[in-house]
Amino acid sequence: MTIDYQTLLDGGKHWSFTARRGTGLSLEDVEGGANLAMLFYNPANPLERYNAPDTLKCQHTFRLTRGHCLYSDMGRIFCSIVEDSLGWHDTVGGNADKALVARRWGLSRYQEARNDWTQNGQDAFLVEAAKYGLGRRDLAANVNWFSKVAVAGDGSLSFVPDHSPPGASVALRFEMDTLVLLHSCPHPMNPAEAYPRRPVRLGFFTAPPVADDDPCLTLRPENRRGFANNRLYHLGGGH
Amino acid sequence: MELCRSPMDPEQAILRRVIGAGDYWIDSVRQGQTFRIVDLEGNQAADTLFYAAADPTERYSAIDTLREQGNVYLSVGSRLLSNLGRVMLEITADLVGRHDTLGGACASESNTVRYDLEKRTMHACRDSWLLAVAEQPQFGLSKRDITHNINFFMNVPVTADGGLTFADGLSGPGKYVEMVAAMDVIVLISNCPQLNNPCNGYNPTPIEVLVWA
Repeated sequence: MTIDYQTLLDGGKHWSFTARRGTGLSLEDVEGGANLAMLFYNPANPLERYNAPDTLKCQHTFRLTRGHCLYSDMGRIFCSIVEDSLGWHDTVGGNADKALVARRWGLSRYQEARNDWTQNGQDAFLVEAAKYGLGRRDLAANVNWFSKVAVAGDGSLSFVPDHSPPGASVALRFEMDTLVLLHSCPHPMNPAEAYPRRPVRLGFFTAPPVADDDPCLTLRPENRRGFANNRLYHLGGGH
Repeated sequence: MELCRSPMDPEQAILRRVIGAGDYWIDSVRQGQTFRIVDLEGNQAADTLFYAAADPTERYSAIDTLREQGNVYLSVGSRLLSNLGRVMLEITADLVGRHDTLGGACASESNTVRYDLEKRTMHACRDSWLLAVAEQPQFGLSKRDITHNINFFMNVPVTADGGLTFADGLSGPGKYVEMVAAMDVIVLISNCPQLNNPCNGYNPTPIEVLVWA
């Protein structure tokens, strides 16, 4: 696979882009302990958006890993997870807001810290969302790549520190045009003493076509039907 | 799981309304009022969303609620938080013991994925909600506000290896869940019409809502 464009997103930053159908995106936790949060929308109709409950329910899973697809609320697949070295990524922990960051790590303001301020995930998503006419009402449960929130038998939740080692990687393949909002701010359950600031390397590439034995397509009959919904969506639409 | 009976007398309720299977209910509940949902015949799912009446862009947030209580199940003592981290309601009585807020609501589109592409025309919770926001514009809601809900009476256990299972419900005829509003809220319920899985025992039935001043 040839990487067409590569960039390093420092910890505590945000960005957004539109990934076209067939685009591949590799993510690497360069130093270990990163958190990369993402939300997904249909750029042609942003009312269609990533739906964590639908994604978890139709694949009978609480964690995300290779083979899983990320679904919109309209029964279509934004992207599928084609590679994963970790086996568990979170989509239930949500975001830290300014108050949580202040409580846990203390606020470091732009006036003193410049771009090393303690940015929070909620503000990061609001800024990126506003670039597309979206706002608070449009935010939803996000994916937290490289983070693991474990569940015990009684339902109690715990953040797993040191889950993601240096060099951990994930690769996504976009199955339709997708608006991606992302930030590298800390996971809200991270108990680290100092504000965790870990970079993530992003690489864009052209994904090979989906083969008949593709691990995402064949994971479950539900995913075959999800891919069928995408085929229907693209009928007559070229690409 | 802790069960807790309520002292409230249904005869004293200021509102009692039976919601038929597959119907929606939307109304306001005031700060300090007690709000109960009764599973009249058992094994029913009540898909529920809450909004702050003063500003509906503040709304129930499943992920904030779960994270801050440190547990994936809702039961007595659960404080239902908004997307701004404020307490909207607190569950004060419960005869079921566990309610789901991970599984979301059924939709005609998700039915195509879960069951069959040709089941797209079957009635679903999100269709009920969308009809509610269309028929009741005075609440100021639209599809943007249709989000991650609570499934009262549903049992969706998470396994230690990260699986999600759909277990037989813990609810039964006449069991209820009750909560006290910590702010003025709009309640939007779809009484789930799902026929393709056991969340309603393949036979959706009515629920009742009660409000005490």
